[in-house]
Amino acid sequence: MTISLTQEKVKELEKIALQIRRMVVKMVFTAQSGHLGGSLSVAEIISVLYFSELRIDPRNPNWPDRDRLVPSKGHCAPAIYAALALRGFIDPECLTTLRQLDSILQGHPCMTSTPGIDMSTGSLGHGLSIGVGMALGGRLKRSNFLVYVLLGDGELNEGQNWEAAMAATKLSLSNLIAIVDRNRIQLDGPTEEIMPLEPLMEKWKAFNWNTISIDGHSVEEISDSIQWAKENQDRPSVIIANTIKGKGVSFMENTHKWHGRPPTREEYEMAIRELEGEIDE
Amino acid sequence: MNKDAAMRDSYGEVLVELGEENPDIVVLDCDVSHSTKTLFFAERFPERFFNFGIQEANMMDIAAALATVGLVPFANTFSFLATLRASEQIRTSIAYNNLNVKIVGSYGGLSDSYDGASHQAVFDLAVMRGIPNIKVVVPSDGVETKKAVRAIVATPGPVYLRLCRNEVPVFFDEDYEFTLGKANTLREGADLTLVVIGILLDRTMRALEELEGEGIHCRVLQVHTLKPIDHQAIAKASEETGALVTIEEHNIIGGLGSAVAEVLASSKPAPMERVGIPDKFAESGDYHQLLDKYGMSCRDIVNAAKKVLRRKLQ
Repeated sequence: MTISLTQEKVKELEKIALQIRRMVVKMVFTAQSGHLGGSLSVAEIISVLYFSELRIDPRNPNWPDRDRLVPSKGHCAPAIYAALALRGFIDPECLTTLRQLDSILQGHPCMTSTPGIDMSTGSLGHGLSIGVGMALGGRLKRSNFLVYVLLGDGELNEGQNWEAAMAATKLSLSNLIAIVDRNRIQLDGPTEEIMPLEPLMEKWKAFNWNTISIDGHSVEEISDSIQWAKENQDRPSVIIANTIKGKGVSFMENTHKWHGRPPTREEYEMAIRELEGEIDE
Repeated sequence: MNKDAAMRDSYGEVLVELGEENPDIVVLDCDVSHSTKTLFFAERFPERFFNFGIQEANMMDIAAALATVGLVPFANTFSFLATLRASEQIRTSIAYNNLNVKIVGSYGGLSDSYDGASHQAVFDLAVMRGIPNIKVVVPSDGVETKKAVRAIVATPGPVYLRLCRNEVPVFFDEDYEFTLGKANTLREGADLTLVVIGILLDRTMRALEELEGEGIHCRVLQVHTLKPIDHQAIAKASEETGALVTIEEHNIIGGLGSAVAEVLASSKPAPMERVGIPDKFAESGDYHQLLDKYGMSCRDIVNAAKKVLRRKLQ
């Protein structure tokens, strides 16, 4: 695998990931509602996608040839909204309106409410099928856009993912890249207790996908694996990004307790201190 | 009324016609293309036909995604699978985003008669009617099917189209003008209104003759668009004839009867009776015998008409 990022770019993407984390914590604290654990685990993935990979144009969010991102784990909406604000799709001021009446920022991504959202998600298990449809649509429209699907690991419990995995192979959708946020924790507890997924790589391999397993908090590995996926032109690719749920805030890490609860003011201030400390280092 | 024709054949034919006219039309099926007759399209346009095997939920989401790039997907399977197995996909991906997907439920009502209750759809209209943004269309014959398919392609947005498996008498002429959302007044009459949807039109017209013979004069209002329902035509029928019978190949809960009752409740109420399946599962058997056994015989229509007329005159 080739090294695709300069050290300068690595630093920039890491800094953006941290910024996304702080914005996520602030948004969920302000709204007193939302999903912290799964938003914090995808910060590097979101940073690399929005600031290095996606061919998108904030001035023309509906550009027909843009790359698509299907946030199948729609509960990571705060992380997506942070990136959309940093990337100029939405006014950063509106981040304080998350989940409130009349907001353009719905609890889960809504394509008709928010510029830059390619598909409404939130109900789990749909995104890979949507990705298959978009990738097929791109081919039929003779456009060379890429389709990224960000999957939660918990949502792989849903059988529809495996229907979609089968269909993507049938259609040889080499323009489809799935990224699994493998944080190993779902709402009720560890994935391997609630509904075991392992051996996960072998499952994807059995469906004839290109597979790779990476450190999902390394922007270099994320970027390199995406280049690898783009170079594999024969079939769809999946990147298993091993992550830590709640990453960046010590007391939120590796626990299902922070899947869907907002922080108190004290917890919020502790979290921000930790995240700001990291920036100072 | 002249010859019989299978709605699904008409549907398969019009899809091919539209495929010639509109390169954005794509057709999706779930391993039942020989039954839904999307096979005709598949043979003519193999590059625009996609068979997803027995994956209704997957197909429905893929259809939604295809619509986001400007294609016009027709998603085909049996009615019961489209509206129950894949109903969450219809809600979340198609309806919520108001995407231009045409969902076609074949083998509607009891028309998959010999396969039995497992394959029959007597609830599909209730499910689809409850989801915002979706239009619900139920043609009565092959001619109307072709007109309806053309109309829903000309109208952006999600639609559920329910088709019958079997041959039914052709009622409409080729020059019939179909207007989405507008009910057809097929006969005038002052005593009561027979409001009918789908293939029971033929039985309704036969019941009408019997009622005429007994001196009971009915208006016949044929509703092909269940949602949005033609509020004005129903309110007017209620006001002018003072009694209504709804006739549908569906559970009497949640379909045409409910839709008409909702209109009456918010306009000028009148006595109303519902002909349809009395909230039960049917069974295997001959289609017409099933319709007779499960509450949709000509006799049922005549009796409901007489009953509602008595209520009106009380």
